[in-house]
Amino acid sequence: MKNRIILAAAAAVAASGMAISVVSAEPADDELVIDGEMTMVTRTAAPKDHPLDEVMSGWLFRTPETRALEADSFQNPGMLYVERGEEIWNTVEGEAGKSCASCHGDASETMAGVGTAYPKWDADAKRPINLELQINKCRENNLKAEAYKFDAAEQKALTTYIKHQSLGKPVQMDLSQGDLQSWWKKGEELYYTRTGQLNLSCASCHEENNGKYIRADHLSQGNVNGFPTYRLKQANMVSLHNRFRGCIRDTRAEYPAAFSDELMALEVYVTWRGTGLSVETPAVRQ
Amino acid sequence: MAAPKPRVKVPKSASAGEVITIKTLISHKMESGQRKDKQGNVIPRKIINKFTCEFEGKPVFSCDLEPAISANPYFEFNAKVMESGTFKFTWVDDSGDVYTHEQGIEVK
Repeated sequence: MKNRIILAAAAAVAASGMAISVVSAEPADDELVIDGEMTMVTRTAAPKDHPLDEVMSGWLFRTPETRALEADSFQNPGMLYVERGEEIWNTVEGEAGKSCASCHGDASETMAGVGTAYPKWDADAKRPINLELQINKCRENNLKAEAYKFDAAEQKALTTYIKHQSLGKPVQMDLSQGDLQSWWKKGEELYYTRTGQLNLSCASCHEENNGKYIRADHLSQGNVNGFPTYRLKQANMVSLHNRFRGCIRDTRAEYPAAFSDELMALEVYVTWRGTGLSVETPAVRQ
Repeated sequence: MAAPKPRVKVPKSASAGEVITIKTLISHKMESGQRKDKQGNVIPRKIINKFTCEFEGKPVFSCDLEPAISANPYFEFNAKVMESGTFKFTWVDDSGDVYTHEQGIEVK
């Protein structure tokens, strides 16, 4: 008898679980205007050969409270890291006795738009280079300073600061550089490859099921125009490769190292998928 | 993060009797005291436990903070201003460190 009650309860839970899975978590019909001044592109027509018709910013998939945090640059906790990044930009480090500012001057001029075009092709290394790696390259070659370790607080703050100089400008990669096209292709393959015990690909969630719930969370299209992102869960900045690894871990797969060939290829491909969206760094997410 | 740094937003000027909005944000880890490090030792609690705002020595707003409050606590509140003066903001954390910030307002 007792067993039967438990079974009935389990069936009820299963039924309600199914009901939840078909409840939609549609993107918001809302406009992102930072400080009432700067209107961001959060929806735009997809680039040629894109599997979706419209690309949408992850901002549209968040709750009204989280969306409001990003719309006010004072409330946005990510701006604390932008300020920290500015300090690092102006701090002399390394044997050459230089800071970023020694060569690049005022970041608001020299770095404007720079964050929209990464990853780029690195002719020296013959592989794609993202902002974090570009900073490290600059530190080693020009500052004669040590490269940052992956996800060092300084790396996240400086990357956030540099990318923030492109706030509001559309993501626009140039895939004609070097061999970027074949890395794009490799990234595409990875995007559609199922991994882990849960047997999920990026596309399983972010292409086929965006706008629906995954447990209590809304699935976005997985665009990366807001990275590094302030995540409320971590109460800290989260880098793109950290998020990639987190997602792959959640499929219960072994995840590649940060800046490995796999994740660089994925960064090339996934960044391209968000072509035309405004850079939102530092975006605020759940 | 580096040392906690307060940010405050108060309008530069207002008319007498106007209700203004004040926003404050401070960078702080707000370590809850519930977490353990890799060796399994409890990371001691270190949170901002009190925030106050005074106008020319008179209290405007104050509150106690508890461990469940997220890192980088943000406050937004209103105040009615009758005359020019200075707002003084104070954050106190568990180790006794006090972070202060002052900002004036001109009432026309």
